[in-house]
Amino acid sequence: MFLINCPFCGEREQSEFKAGGEAHIVRPKQPTELSDDEWAEYLFMRKNIKGVQFERWNHIHGCRKWFNMVRDTSNDQIKAVYKMGEKPPVK
Amino acid sequence: MSNNLRFKTSKFIDETYRVSFKFNNKTYFGFKGDTLASALLANGIHLVGRSFKYHRPRGIMTSGSEEPNAIIQLHDNSSRTEPNVRATEVEIYEGLVASSQNCWPSVNFDIGGINNLLSPILPAGFYYKTFMWPASFWEKYEYFIRKSAGLGKSPKVADPDIYEHNYIHCDVLVIGAGISGIMAAKMAAKNGFKTLLVDEKSYLGGSSIYDNSEFSKINNQLTSSWLEKEINEISKLENLEIKIRTSVAAYHGYNFLLARESLTDHLPINQRDNKVRHRLLKIRAKKVITATGSIERPLIFDNNDRPGILLSSAIKKYIDLYGVACGENNVLFTNNDTAYETAMSLIQRGIKINAIIDNREQVDSKICYEVEKNNIKIYKGFSVVDTYGYRRINKISIMKLSKDGQTVIGDKTKLNCDCLGVSGGWTPAVHLFTQSGGKLKFREEDQVFIPDVYPSDQISVGSCNGDFGLDEIIKNTLSSLKKFLNIDNSEYKTLEIISGLNQSKRNIWLLPSDKTIGKTKSFVDYQNDATSKDIKLALREGFRSIEHVKRYTTTGMGTDQGKLGNMHALGIISETAGTKMGEHGTTTFRPPYTPLTFGTIVGRNVGEFFDIFRRTPIHDWHVKNNAEFENVGQWKRAWYYPKENENMHQAVQRESKAARDSAGILDASTLGKIDIQGTDASEFLNRVYTNAWSKLAVGKCRYGLMLNEDGMVYDDGVTTRLGENHYIMTTTTGGAANVLGKLEDYLQTEWPELDVYLSSVTDHYATISVCGPNSKKIVSKVIPDLDFSDENFPHMSFKNAKIGNIKCKVMRISFTGEQSYEINIQANFGKSVWEKCMDAGKDFNITPYGTETMHLLRAEKGFIIVGQDTDATLTPIDLQMDWIVSKKKYDFIGKRSLYRSDTIREDRKQLVGLLTENPEEVLEEGAQIVSDVKKSPIEMLGHVTSSYYSPNLKKSIALGVVKSGKNMLGQKLIIPMENKNINVIVADPVFFDKEGKRLNAKL
Ligand SMILES: [Zn+2]
Repeated sequence: MFLINCPFCGEREQSEFKAGGEAHIVRPKQPTELSDDEWAEYLFMRKNIKGVQFERWNHIHGCRKWFNMVRDTSNDQIKAVYKMGEKPPVK
Repeated sequence: MSNNLRFKTSKFIDETYRVSFKFNNKTYFGFKGDTLASALLANGIHLVGRSFKYHRPRGIMTSGSEEPNAIIQLHDNSSRTEPNVRATEVEIYEGLVASSQNCWPSVNFDIGGINNLLSPILPAGFYYKTFMWPASFWEKYEYFIRKSAGLGKSPKVADPDIYEHNYIHCDVLVIGAGISGIMAAKMAAKNGFKTLLVDEKSYLGGSSIYDNSEFSKINNQLTSSWLEKEINEISKLENLEIKIRTSVAAYHGYNFLLARESLTDHLPINQRDNKVRHRLLKIRAKKVITATGSIERPLIFDNNDRPGILLSSAIKKYIDLYGVACGENNVLFTNNDTAYETAMSLIQRGIKINAIIDNREQVDSKICYEVEKNNIKIYKGFSVVDTYGYRRINKISIMKLSKDGQTVIGDKTKLNCDCLGVSGGWTPAVHLFTQSGGKLKFREEDQVFIPDVYPSDQISVGSCNGDFGLDEIIKNTLSSLKKFLNIDNSEYKTLEIISGLNQSKRNIWLLPSDKTIGKTKSFVDYQNDATSKDIKLALREGFRSIEHVKRYTTTGMGTDQGKLGNMHALGIISETAGTKMGEHGTTTFRPPYTPLTFGTIVGRNVGEFFDIFRRTPIHDWHVKNNAEFENVGQWKRAWYYPKENENMHQAVQRESKAARDSAGILDASTLGKIDIQGTDASEFLNRVYTNAWSKLAVGKCRYGLMLNEDGMVYDDGVTTRLGENHYIMTTTTGGAANVLGKLEDYLQTEWPELDVYLSSVTDHYATISVCGPNSKKIVSKVIPDLDFSDENFPHMSFKNAKIGNIKCKVMRISFTGEQSYEINIQANFGKSVWEKCMDAGKDFNITPYGTETMHLLRAEKGFIIVGQDTDATLTPIDLQMDWIVSKKKYDFIGKRSLYRSDTIREDRKQLVGLLTENPEEVLEEGAQIVSDVKKSPIEMLGHVTSSYYSPNLKKSIALGVVKSGKNMLGQKLIIPMENKNINVIVADPVFFDKEGKRLNAKL
């Protein structure tokens, strides 16, 4: 079980959080202008890599805030957490 | 049975405290301090069970949690009965009752033993190969397999014991209280770390606490004496908490560990009441020191599993700790020096050693010379090739090993013995380390896996780190702890250590035999009866990965997880395949390290606390009025209210009719309610619902449909505009939490610029829905100050009102198609307002109805239930709800997906009404819908989603989804059932009051 450093609350148990899939996928501003393929790319295609991954997490049993996390999926090491809208502090 | 097996000189056994216990219906005596295993051995009993597959007689093999054979059933036939308990771990108490498992009719005569004779036809993978084909025969095989397989019996009644969970936070956790663990705990605690020391045993000190050997000393004291003083000292340290009988079951990432503290298992049954039996400790440690020691390896040779064959270290422990001799005529068989320590313990007590068989050609440590001086015959360069004796070993035969160790040569010599101690060297107990994500490396010299890469702030010390000599253990423990804790370890400045053992070893994973391998039974996994032959067969059949070999042969898959034999399995694989050790990987050690009971896992979450549920404020009234309940999400909802002898069908028919004839009342408090405020609230609703919201006037209500981004229906409900920037949204009962989560997600991540605030107010209100042609009269009596005229209070509108002094919100909305009012009132007044409504409705036969009637009434109207009629594969268009999808709005969640190539297909499954040819025939929900039963395979067109007998229409009605259903109106379809085909006609999904006249009907 991880310890996650919520950017709003500090370090908490993983059981207080919910994972929300890949981060930095922006909902298209004008979906109607997109082709089926472009829309499908946004809608369905997600990375699932062994290694450093950018993820969304929600402190669902805490402040209920969404934030981003950089996690190495091969060993569960959390490289960074940062607020929505911020640039990732690591590559 | 012999009387000279017990030496009453052990300080760990209280010889003034005699304990009687029953094993296989016979009464025996032991002493306080005994384990069941040591007490049985003291009574001359080795045979305690039968093996899993061949039902071979098996005896006590070890003295700890690694025991593969001596697994027994505790407390037969009582509510506390427990299978698969290791006799080596059970501390005896007055009145203990235990029996062998996996044998019938008795351990001495077991019918399954016939499998042993059949073993040539029971090779590895036998079950996979035989019983899987033909598939239809499985049912027949299963009966016999289930009867003869399985270990132990599970309890048949509720567990009477209490369990609990505890969180523990500490700076340093030390696992294992052997010599390294004790030193580690002392150094950590003395240097200001809040430290927790745990050990699975009932005493501290590990194997060093009974090490009275003259050959390994610390500061010129016996190791045991020196360690005793250390233990004395640390038990006074304030910074240190010590927990014995505490076994670490799991080591997860981020130094999160689970341990089971056993509190009453060692007490007589009558002293256990009202005490906590086990505590599951959830430990979060900043630093972890693993000092779990090592497990002695057996040796793999023909018939190496007979009762009376034990690990050599176990024999030593039974003598030195429990004062019990395992045999009176012993032979030791070893490939390293440790068996000579056992020999010295035997010699000191005057117990006969017939011979020592040593694989090595040369033995040249002090301790070996000392043993030789005592006139013990040592066969150097020899190996045991076979053993004899059915229920107990009585003979072995030995032969000389060839130079390369691959064959045996020369004559066969037979030696008598009643006990054979085996030692194949030591395997570091790295289970917890690997569970934590640690990576191992293989050390060639002595063929062991040792910790290499640590995934968290932790360290392994002592023999679990691959240090085996006393001097090495202490030296390395000190230096690595100093670094790990970043401290000055002045406590142990002057330690002089003598160690009389050297670490030479002649490792042969599978010892050679004079027989061909097909004729041998050399057990690698004792519990699952996996032999070296099975492993070689698996390799011949093409298995290479250790994980595959393991599953195919079931090696390491017993309750002991192969703590003894896994290394040999790896060794035999690599020797046979000609690869390097570790190349095939090691098997994964999974939690728990030792099995946990269900009670420990669930703790206090039993009975009504097992799964939490929510009650509405009106719940007690429903209970009092005989309601049956159904679970909806976490809620207990009134399902129907049977009167006298009514069954469910009768009750629902009566309720449904009453609601349309006069008045019904429903507790709708469970509907999700989300309060939405902010200057962009209307814009927000525009984006999350498929229809338009900007023009909804204050005080009006509107039904909304919410999609996922993929265009599929997600949730629905009525939202009311309370003010210019204020709405209250209702959601489905089960969807409330997810809808709030989804809306929050969009607000926080996609549209942070919107000024909108959400809060869940589901629990704030009780919601009472009164419906039916007389509903208006009833609510007018309950809220006399409110003008209920259609002009003032039309359908789909909302009013603030007061009942006495209590404010309430009244919505005129309908899920039944009847005129209907929803009173939302502060939750704690819910029950009294409900009772007021019941009072006011007395003259109108107001009838409480539950969820089943609600479902029936809405089905008559063709209203969908998200999650029943939909399943995340249906768009609003599929549901024939095109009317609710705004064509004008530029965007809303899921809009773009509504015209993807797949969602515009004409032949998608679409919601339709279904009427049976025979109006009395009610369809089964979930039944398949087809058009042609003669064509094979039959094409499935869809399925029935909702089905009822309508008392108001006096016929059966159903909803279903059917491919191209929209264009099938009037067409005949077939519902094939097990014993008949039911004909149905596709109909409009709205069966009742299509024009909606009843919403405004005047009586
Ligand atoms: Zn938080």
